[in-house]
Amino acid sequence: MKQQFTHNEVPLDKYFETAEQMKKKLAVLTAEWAAEIEDYFEIYACYRLNSQYIIVKTKCAKTQPDFPSLTSLFIVANRSERLIHSLFGIIPIGHPDLRPWIKFEDWPTDIFPLRKNVDGTQSFDRVHGEYGWVRSVGEGICEIPVGPVHAGIIEPGHFRFHAVGETIVNLEERFGYTHKGIEKRFESLGWQDGAKLAGRVSGDSTVAHTIGYCQALESLSDTIIPKRAAWLRALLLERERIANHLGDIGAICNDASFVILFFQFMRLKEKLMKTNQQLWGHRFMMDIVVPGGLSIDLSDVGINIILKELIWLEKEFDELVKIYDGNPSLEERVLTTGILTKEQALELGVVGYVARASGLKMDCRADYPFSPYDQISVRVSTYTDGDVNARIWVRIDEVRESIRIIRFLLNELPIGQVTVVCNRPEPNKVGFSAVESWRGETLYWLQSDYQGQLTRCMVRDSSSVNWLALEYAVMNNIVADFPLCNKSFNASYSGNDL
Amino acid sequence: MINTLWKIFRTGIVTENVLGQDTENIEVIGQKLSKLIKKRFKGSLKIRHIDAGSCNGCELEIHALNNPIYDIERYGVHFTASPRFADLLLVTGPVSRNMEIALKRTYDATPTPKVVVAVGDCGWNGGIFGESYASLGGIDKVIPVDVIIKGCPPTPSALLNGIILAISN
Repeated sequence: MKQQFTHNEVPLDKYFETAEQMKKKLAVLTAEWAAEIEDYFEIYACYRLNSQYIIVKTKCAKTQPDFPSLTSLFIVANRSERLIHSLFGIIPIGHPDLRPWIKFEDWPTDIFPLRKNVDGTQSFDRVHGEYGWVRSVGEGICEIPVGPVHAGIIEPGHFRFHAVGETIVNLEERFGYTHKGIEKRFESLGWQDGAKLAGRVSGDSTVAHTIGYCQALESLSDTIIPKRAAWLRALLLERERIANHLGDIGAICNDASFVILFFQFMRLKEKLMKTNQQLWGHRFMMDIVVPGGLSIDLSDVGINIILKELIWLEKEFDELVKIYDGNPSLEERVLTTGILTKEQALELGVVGYVARASGLKMDCRADYPFSPYDQISVRVSTYTDGDVNARIWVRIDEVRESIRIIRFLLNELPIGQVTVVCNRPEPNKVGFSAVESWRGETLYWLQSDYQGQLTRCMVRDSSSVNWLALEYAVMNNIVADFPLCNKSFNASYSGNDL
Repeated sequence: MINTLWKIFRTGIVTENVLGQDTENIEVIGQKLSKLIKKRFKGSLKIRHIDAGSCNGCELEIHALNNPIYDIERYGVHFTASPRFADLLLVTGPVSRNMEIALKRTYDATPTPKVVVAVGDCGWNGGIFGESYASLGGIDKVIPVDVIIKGCPPTPSALLNGIILAISN
């Protein structure tokens, strides 16, 4: 089954009005991005309405590069419009905060790397500039800057807390430290090699990103992959989900100083990684998904190994969940910590387990399914508390659900080949796909030029929207609980910075 | 409580011996690994990890070094929170333009003698990200590198062996 989306074009002066109508219909803005075609810049807004994706496009001339900002309607637009402003030099009129985003203050202000006239391989000089941090003044308020080099083994990012005593009254995030120019790189790599790059947007969700890229490419080139390949892709996606959830639940327990569960969950995760190595030759299953299908088939022996492992995993997992559930000292840390209310979650357009833990029932696998998810009817687990504990329980339920899905997939696995030759992208077309990675909705949007070359690849990792919600969730928590809140969101820095 | 103790008791020791495995991707390039340094660090080594712009794949594998299967602490190797305490910098790449200054400052904050280990294909030469307006390429473009552990990402056993190699006689 191919994912459907609608693509509409509106004149520039109707762009804001369309957004207002969308808001009235209770649609959520999922992404906003720009592209460049000849004498125009194109601005795209992608809305999610029930289980439909609606992409609204508008154009502005290069001589007058501006468009009406949607930030007053959708908070999500705030950072994506700052990004468009920083990397494309198109001005969102009415945007309240046009400080550079991802691009740092020491970049030349007149260079916009995503424009076509900029050679992506050239480096620029550093200029002098200063970032305008949010300030708070008053007696007893202290600022705590953290990062980009953090205390643990994590990615770089900067957090600036304003605290009164132990209580956080404001958190400002600043990202861009891992900006590697991925979107520009896609344009120079060629469509065949793009899948490899997509697999390295965020290493922990390599399978989801590669599927996202390949599906968008396949819809752009009208390639239909064999049924067995689609089913095995789903298998890989679910295995990735289980492995990362196991690691995350353990790591959250570790941040609450309950090290036993950390070690136990890591032991389970490591077993899965070793099986991946054995069956696919790679611990993260990188580069297994390729345009047109999969590079490696799964043998009957492999199927038995996985099924046997699931029996073991289910038993071990249940025992560990029992320990988690029955530990009052752990409860003390995770209950009522880092609450994101349902209203906030809705307003901020969060996705994935963060949304589900705050009571929003949404999952691309159920709402916008691609084959084989249209035959599985995924059970979406939701909680209403919106705290760290709820985010752990969503993950626990999802591990169990993934085990069920994998059993279903392997029992009904179609026979046949796992790869076809992927056609050349057709000229002047767009391709789109939405994949539920273990973190949440991951979007890919590809555009081809008149020669059939990829001219733009937009990547929207779930982290880009979830990061902002963390600023809200930590409010009024103590500074010492920040690692716990952060880990329960576990957004990717690299997926956000690109 | 009884559940917890029972689980610990039943699990037993799961640590594996991986010394000598996956060593084909480790390359020693630095001149600094004199016997004296190796001798000084032997038995107690503090590592500061720096992500200079990686995709977080390498980070997951570095994490795995602390899990009970690889348990790098049994060799006297610990990860430290501050570069001030570090003997070895474990750097993943590619170095992004936005991390260049932070990487240099962390390197400068680390007391000498220090060993730098570049992790992954991206840390080695920029990998798939190459050199661009936003990426400077390998770690050695910014700070001197002593050991390279290649792979995308390198396996925990390759990482463990690379670190042990960097400090053993």
